[in-house]
Order: sequence, then C-alpha cells, then structure tokens
Amino acid sequence: MAKIVIDGVEHEVNPGNNLLQECLSLGLDLPYFCWHPSMGSVGACRQCAVIQYRDADDKEGMLVMACMTPATDGAIISIEDEGAKSFRSDVVESLMISHPHDCPVCEEGGECHLQDMTQMSGHNYRRYDKKKRTHHNQYLGPFINHEMNRCITCYRCVRFYGDYAGGTDLSAQASHHHVYFGRHEEGVLESEFSGNLVEVCPTGVFTDKAFSENYSRKWDLQTAPSVCVGCSVGCNTSPGERYGSLRRIVNRYNSEVNGYFLCDRGRFGFDFVNNRDRLLEPVQRIDNTGELLADDQVKALIKEFKAEGTIGIGSPRASNESNFALRVMVGEENFYAGYSDVEHESMQVILDLASDTAFHTPSVREIEAADAVLILGEDVTNVAPRIALALRQSVRNKAKDLADESRIPQWQDAAVRELAQHERSPLSILSPAISRLDDVASDRIIESLSAVVSMGHQIAEKISASAPNAAASTEHSQLIEKIAMQLKAAKRPLIIAGNSNGSDMIKAAANIARALRDDSDKSAIDLCLLVPEVNSVGMALMAGAENRLGAALEKLQSGEAKRVIVLENDLYRRAAKAAVDAALTKAEKVLVLDQLPTATTANADVILPATAFSEHEATYINYEGRAQLSFQVHQCQKQAQPSWRWICDAEHVDDLVERCCNEALGFERLREVLPGENPFVAGMKVPRQSHRYSGRTAMIANINVHEPKQMEDKDSVMSFSMEGIPAQKDASVLASSWAPKWNSNQSISKFQDEVNGELKQGHVGCLLIERKDSSGSYFEAAEELIEPSAKQLRVVFSYQIFGSDELSARSKPIQARMTDAYIGLSPVDAKKRGLNQGDVATISPLGSPAVICIRTGIKAGTALLYCGDRNISPADFSGLIEVEKSAIQTTSRGIGSLIVSDFHEEEISS
Amino acid sequence: MSQQVIASTANKARKLSVQEIAEIEHEMTLYPDKRAVGLEALKIVQKHQGWVSDESLLGIAKYLDIPAADLEGVATFFNLVYRQKVGKNVILFCDSVSCWIMGCESIKGHIKEQLAIDYGETTQDGDFTLIPVPCLGDCDRAPVMMVGPDLHRNLTPEKIDSIIADYKNK
Ligand code: SF4
Ligand code: SF4
Ligand code: FES
Ligand code: FES
Repeated sequence: MAKIVIDGVEHEVNPGNNLLQECLSLGLDLPYFCWHPSMGSVGACRQCAVIQYRDADDKEGMLVMACMTPATDGAIISIEDEGAKSFRSDVVESLMISHPHDCPVCEEGGECHLQDMTQMSGHNYRRYDKKKRTHHNQYLGPFINHEMNRCITCYRCVRFYGDYAGGTDLSAQASHHHVYFGRHEEGVLESEFSGNLVEVCPTGVFTDKAFSENYSRKWDLQTAPSVCVGCSVGCNTSPGERYGSLRRIVNRYNSEVNGYFLCDRGRFGFDFVNNRDRLLEPVQRIDNTGELLADDQVKALIKEFKAEGTIGIGSPRASNESNFALRVMVGEENFYAGYSDVEHESMQVILDLASDTAFHTPSVREIEAADAVLILGEDVTNVAPRIALALRQSVRNKAKDLADESRIPQWQDAAVRELAQHERSPLSILSPAISRLDDVASDRIIESLSAVVSMGHQIAEKISASAPNAAASTEHSQLIEKIAMQLKAAKRPLIIAGNSNGSDMIKAAANIARALRDDSDKSAIDLCLLVPEVNSVGMALMAGAENRLGAALEKLQSGEAKRVIVLENDLYRRAAKAAVDAALTKAEKVLVLDQLPTATTANADVILPATAFSEHEATYINYEGRAQLSFQVHQCQKQAQPSWRWICDAEHVDDLVERCCNEALGFERLREVLPGENPFVAGMKVPRQSHRYSGRTAMIANINVHEPKQMEDKDSVMSFSMEGIPAQKDASVLASSWAPKWNSNQSISKFQDEVNGELKQGHVGCLLIERKDSSGSYFEAAEELIEPSAKQLRVVFSYQIFGSDELSARSKPIQARMTDAYIGLSPVDAKKRGLNQGDVATISPLGSPAVICIRTGIKAGTALLYCGDRNISPADFSGLIEVEKSAIQTTSRGIGSLIVSDFHEEEISS
Repeated sequence: MSQQVIASTANKARKLSVQEIAEIEHEMTLYPDKRAVGLEALKIVQKHQGWVSDESLLGIAKYLDIPAADLEGVATFFNLVYRQKVGKNVILFCDSVSCWIMGCESIKGHIKEQLAIDYGETTQDGDFTLIPVPCLGDCDRAPVMMVGPDLHRNLTPEKIDSIIADYKNK
C-alpha cells in the first residue's frame, strides 16, 4: 500500500497501479477515454490530465496523464486544480472538433461516455466554426453499425479488436485529422467478439445494428441481471426489453466469469425470444388440428401424466428448476438425460473428474492466468467463445513476466507489447483441424482424433513415470517432448479438452493433468473440460448415470413406458431419427414443453408453451460447476410459463431452489445464489426500470387509456416498476450499470470494490461441486480406432459459434451469419472424390446433404462434420462415413459466411 | 458473406512480378519479421507500378502473409504511398513557410493554370499529378518543388513552363 494525497486528502492506494485507476477505485470522478480497465493505458487521449506536485512545497506542479503515472508512495496530485480542469476541457473540445453533435439521432446517446466526459470536463460551448472533416462509413456486417464522424481517435477499438481479441480486419488508417478506424474494404467484421466494440468505443462510432432495428434509449429499457444461455460459460448479461420485445443484450460485469466482454453469439443471439413462431398457448393435437387447452384441461392432463408409466426427458438448455420439477413429477428413476448417449457417457467422466482433488476447474479469470496451455482436440472459439478470448490473454503472461523483469508496470500496455514483440507463453493445440486460435499457438499438431488422444497419453507419460505406458509415435516425438517440458516448467499449466467428440479426449487430458500433479508439488492442476450448453452440467447432476436418453427411447418403444414429457428439448438433435420416430410413435401420449416449434413438438400430442430465459427467473450451472441466478427481465405477453410452473405446484423459484437443495444430490449449495439474507433495503424492491423510464402511463394507451397496475413480481427482489431502491443506493442486485454523471457502461467502476474487483453486490455465483475424492487414478490409454477404408472418412464433429446452439440459431442477426451444414475435407480427400469447393455432397448412411468445404488445415482421412441448425443430427453418424457428390446441387445459405483461415483456394490453371 | 469477401479479396490480389518479389525478398533479409517489410514492399510496388492499387495491396499482404487491414494502415499513414492512380510525373509542391514567404502561392497558381489541375488532381493526359508537401528541406532556394525524383529550385513562372515542357517531352 502507498499513501498519496489527492486534492489535500490522503488516500491509501496500490502502488502497482496508475493514478487514474486508483482515483476511480477511490470513487473519484476523473475523465478518461483511452484507458480501459482490462486493456490498460496508452496515453492516447490526454483526457485524464491532473496536476502532480513534486513535494509539499511545490505550488506550481505540472500536468501529468493520470493513466500514465504510477501511484507511487508520497505522490501529491490535484484533480480539481484550475489548470488541470481547463486543460481537460480544452482536450475534449479539440477531440470533438469534427464531431457531428448528432446526439439526438445517435444510438449511443444517453449511455455515451463521450457525453459524460464532455459534461464532466466542463466543455459546453463549441468555438470551432470551420468546416468539419467527414468520413465514409463502411458496411461491417449484420452486427455492427459504423459512423466514423463521431470518432475521437482514442484507439480503444483497434486495441480491443486486434490486440486483445486477435482480430485482423480492423485497423487504424491514415493520419492526423483523417485518422480512420475500419476494415481495408467493406465487409463483415470477422472476429467472434466484434460486438464488444459497441461497449468499448466510448462514442457512437460502433453501435449495435440489431438493436438499432428496434431501438430504445437505455433509460427506457427494462433490465435485470441475466445469464447468457448461449453456451456453458454462463457469461453475465443485461438484456433490455421495451414494449414486450427483447431489444438487446449488453455485458454485465462478473469478475470471475466474463469480466467486461461477451461473444457475438451471446450478444446477438437473444432474438429467438421475439421469434414470431414462439409457442404461446397450450394446445392439444387431435387428428392433426390443434385445440387450445383451458386451465382445467391442462390440470387434468398433468394429472394424467402423473400416473404410473410416465417418463421425463430433461434438457441441458433448461434451468435447474425446470429439470428438477420434472424429476420430482416423474420420479428420479424415470427422469432421463436430454442429450445424446455419447455426450451422456462423456458427462459422467466429466462429473467424476469434477470431484477429484487432483484437479481444479479454472474460472475464466483463472484461465487468463495460465502460463502454459495445452488444448486437446477442441475448437474452443466455437464451443466456449469467451474462454477462447481468455486464452488469448493467457499467452500474454510471458510478456508480463518480461515487463516485470524490465520493471515496466503491466498497465503500460503499449510498452509491454512493444517489449515482448512476438514472445508468448506456450499454447499448444493438438487437433484434427486448424482452429481460430491457431494464430496464438506456439505449436500445433494436425492429426486424426485417435492420434491426438494417443499423443495426449504420450505427453502424460513424458511428464510423469506414474502415468500409464502409451504407444509411442515416431512422428511428432520432439514436439510431444517439448510440450511435456513446457507444461512441467509452468507455474500454472492448464489443460483444455471437451466433449465435442466423445470422452477419449477428456481422459487423455485428465491423464496429463494428473501426471502434472504427480510430478510436482502443486496441489491441483487446472483442467478445463468444455461442455456445450448453458446447463449441461446442471442436467448431468440431475439425471442418474444409468438414465441415458437411449434407454428412455427404448422404454417407450417397448411399451414399458406409456407417456413421456419432453422438457425444452428437440430429441431429433440428440438421438438417431429412427429411434426418436419409433419412440414417439409408440408412446401413448407425448407432452412437450418448449419455447419454439421443433421436430419434436411436431410429434407432440400436447404442447405447453415455456418462457424464454428473459421471461423467467432461473439458475444454471456452468462448465466449472458454478451456479448462477438469472432474473426475469420482462413479462411474457401470452400464456407461456416457466416449464416448472406447468408441472409442479411450487409457488416461487425460491421454493423450488430450496427443495432442490434438500433433495437433489450435488445441489446442496444452490440456495447461496439467491440474493442474501436480507435482500430488501428498507423493505423496498429493486426496480427493473430506470428512474427516467418514460411513457409508462401511455404504453398501452392504444388498447386502454387507463394505466394498468404494474405486474407484481412474486418471485424475486426485483419489481416491474421504476420505484424502489436504485442500484447506486446499495440495492442487492445490479441490473444495469448507471451512476450519477456516469450514464455509460463505464459507470461499472462505481460498483466494483476496486477497478477490476468484485461487484459490491457480490454475485459471482457459487461453486456447487465439492472436490473430495482423492482416490482418482489414471485412465488406460484408449484403443486404437479402426482405420478407414479407402472410400471412408472418420467423422469429427465440428461446431459453429453461429448455428450450433439451437436457440440462438433462431435469432435473425445470428442467422445472417450462419452457413449450411458442411463437410470439411482436406484437399487430397476432396480431389479423390472429385469434389470441389462449395459442391453439395451426400453423406452415407442417411444420404443427408452437406456443402463441401475444402481446407488445407484438415487432417487427411478426416471429415469435419458441421451439422448445421437442422436436418442432420450428430447421432445419425458415428465413426466412419462416405461422402459423394450429390445429384441435387442446391443450397440455402451455402458456406459463404464461414470464417476459416485455411480455406483452400483452387489452383487456377493458366 | 465474409467468406465471399475473403474469397473475392483473394481473387482480387495481384500476383506480384518476379522483379517485385526479388526486391521484397531482399528486404526480408534485412528485417526481423515480415510485418516490418510492409512499408518497403509498398515502396517497391509503387516504384514498379507507379502507385499501389487495391489489387497490389492485397497482393503484398498475401505474399507477406500479413493482414490487409494492417498494411492498409501503413499505406494510408504515409502520404507518399499513392493509393490512387497518379500521373506519369508527380509534382510535389512545397507550400510550407519559407516557400510561402517566397511567393509559392503565385507559382502554384501558374501551375494550376498551365495544367488545369489543383492539388490532388491528375491532368487529363495522365502526365502530371499535383500534390502539396510540407518543406522539402531546401528552404534557402525557395520556392521549391520536386517532379518525380528531381528537385527544382528558385521557381519562377518561366521556369515552370520549361520544366513542364521538358517532362512532357520525356
Ligand atoms: S472508433 Fe471509437 S473506439 Fe475507435 S478510436 Fe474512434 S472513438 Fe475510439
Ligand atoms: S461465451 Fe457463451 S455464455 Fe459467454 S456470451 Fe458467448 S455464448 Fe454466451
Ligand atoms: S485516459 Fe489517460 S491519456 Fe487517455
Ligand atoms: S518550406 Fe519549402 S522547402 Fe522548406
């Protein structure tokens, strides 16, 4: 700790930080633009100027940039000094010389850091009366608008997009008054994290295009703390609703999970909530016509389903509460897992490992701290995107070490990068195809799945003699040795795998981590096992190890079970079509609860409409076993209800959570995610609407001029109104970040215990799975897979950030980026079969169509199969397939929007 | 969509000439990494092509395997890297302090009249492009301008006429 004096008041600060960060941590108002809490300082904007005095006798002082000056012990500074103030006011005035002053039509308006800083700096009269320079704007794809005239050249966009997120298609161009931030030509921004530009840019240059289609000011949005349902990372979000439709999603800070950033699936994938096809009424199908069900009919039906002979199928995309309610209704032994049997098997392995004391599952923040990483067979960017962004930071730990050695503070971003040049901490990727993280990989090996598994076991053996003997491969032996040594030498090594392609990869990864543990004095090794869906882990904990989906389908087919309740799940994505068809046809009655029509609801006798994530309060469990609470944001306009409410008589989410804690093994701590002991401040609830929320009394004036009573929220500490205890006044939850003078998302520092610290409201979630099993042992090396014949290829399932997740794939902005199902082939394999880029092929055994995508970075003999958002189910294929050109060559989306770095260019013979 | 962009971009890339490649390869031996060669490569291509077209820029990016956006950043940062087609002869006309004191305004007016072009423009016959530069470092012989690689000092309207005629006949 250091002591510094700011405007005559002594403060304790962290000398490792810069003055700006420390001032913000202290809650002081000091304007800035280019500094960012997770990207550090570059001193580009000159907005954070303060006066620093040499000593107590120095009355003059000198201007320094707070973000570029360390908070050294004894420093004396002034924010309030007139010289500093007028300098800051002049800076913002000059930054705004060519700014169009178009706030009324700018979508940033009302949550604009530039507006806030202009006000705070005291610049209120424009003296510049010359011609303004103007720019051309670019088309940047379906996610982001571009309005370059509003730029103040803070360089945050390119620092985030390029330096932080590894994007290569956005740059700073031209010089002096013409500096331009854009692509080299118009086109879709390729980075999976492009949406963060909306929040990183302090002005209205980059705004949310999807939001602008249906725009509303920040203060008119109804918000609540929510959790992204796009994948198993569980990033925290603030969705905003107005007039019954969900308008946008912005990041909600969680120090352990997403920090300040989301991926584009999470940000733009919410629109399925507004999908016109939403199921909104309970219906019963009788002879192909749907009949609306009245309340008592529904009750009678539920009663019928409560009888003996009913089984339930859960869902990895449904909440814990809904899965639990179904389990209670049908009985634990009749509750079946709602994912494929292959996934089921791998989830059992993952659960076992999750309680093993040899390992630790790192949070996203902890992933950033890894100093040597090995990824086995997983395409992290497309499966758990936010983790890929964290891995991009982990490789910078080498740079930070170098900076420490040279005594350069880590927040000196440009200096640290300059010093390190291309030096990175090791990150090795072993997989059957090139991935989107390869640009930061120190080593990569492209090999077949089984070869990758076997190399994994070899690495384990190289690390520790205690690991089982593995068949040594002659190829790559040096690299294997090198990777093993790097992991051994690391302070915090991290092994990543996932269940995209069965459990062999997971076992190999676990062996490596165990070997690292055995070889060192570390108590546990970071092992991160990725799963695909928001509540994969929650459902896995809920369903018994024997209760596979396949077993459920068999029971139905054999008549052992008569009725089935399918919870928010399209079984055709989970099991082979023939098996699902047979089971659903045989079942006497099929009840499906869901949000949108699917192939499964098409075969249901009864459909009960379920609310979407923003329409109910729920808990989910992420890849680490972290339980998180997501609040209801808005009311569902029609008759949809949380699935649990249809099938059980619990009144509130809290009651269910309580029961779940007591009755479901592994959920004992779930109640800890509910707002604390005393969530109400002075007996008041927390409003979802801002204090400036406008037009409430007139909102439904087209229907009725009388303002209806605000809906009451019986489930939570939040209310559907403007009244109550606002967030900046010690509310127990933080829906949307706002503080006096700080209308933009930068206000978050007002809610952190210190910059980048935990929120004052807490809520980092709660880790459910206790590690207490110390008897774990190595897995035996996997058996070699059968070599494919000349015609055959081995399937490797591939996932896409835009398309693989069922719900976000039904959002319009996401659809604009989706491709058809495709088969990725190496150039040799394509040539052998006479296939060209973009051809439509059929895949045996089912003859399903998929577009051919020839890539140079795919292992020969491997067919990378992306199943698209419908038509093909992974469960229909396993092992070996044959691919041939189809007689029908029509595509709907094609593979035009696929972003890969190794797209094979056909040689143009001249 | 983006793939189309990538694909179309890839198709648009010009294959660099043998000579250009040889010179770029030479530069590569002088720098620690390819990114650093970007500026030299732009200069080499401009020397051979007169300017850097989109196709050339993409060709260089592809050859050096660096992002086109980064290279564009470099190309547009330096105002003597021409991203638009220029005439056979580029007139770099100094309009900085010393030259201004020595009456460069009227010289410029004369050029403008003779060639019927203003700053940033190229004559219809493609012979000349006129571009302002800040100080050519030859203030003691102001007003000064460069045409192509040659420096011309102590400019007068008469001198301008003969210079223009000379280059026209070249
Ligand atoms: S576009 Fe935005 S983030 Fe980028 S430099 Fe301009 S103001 Fe800063
Ligand atoms: S990484 Fe996953 S949880 Fe996070 S925003 Fe993206 S889809 Fe949502
Ligand atoms: S924030 Fe300090 S110079 Fe920009
Ligand atoms: S001012 Fe023209 S050469 Fe220096």
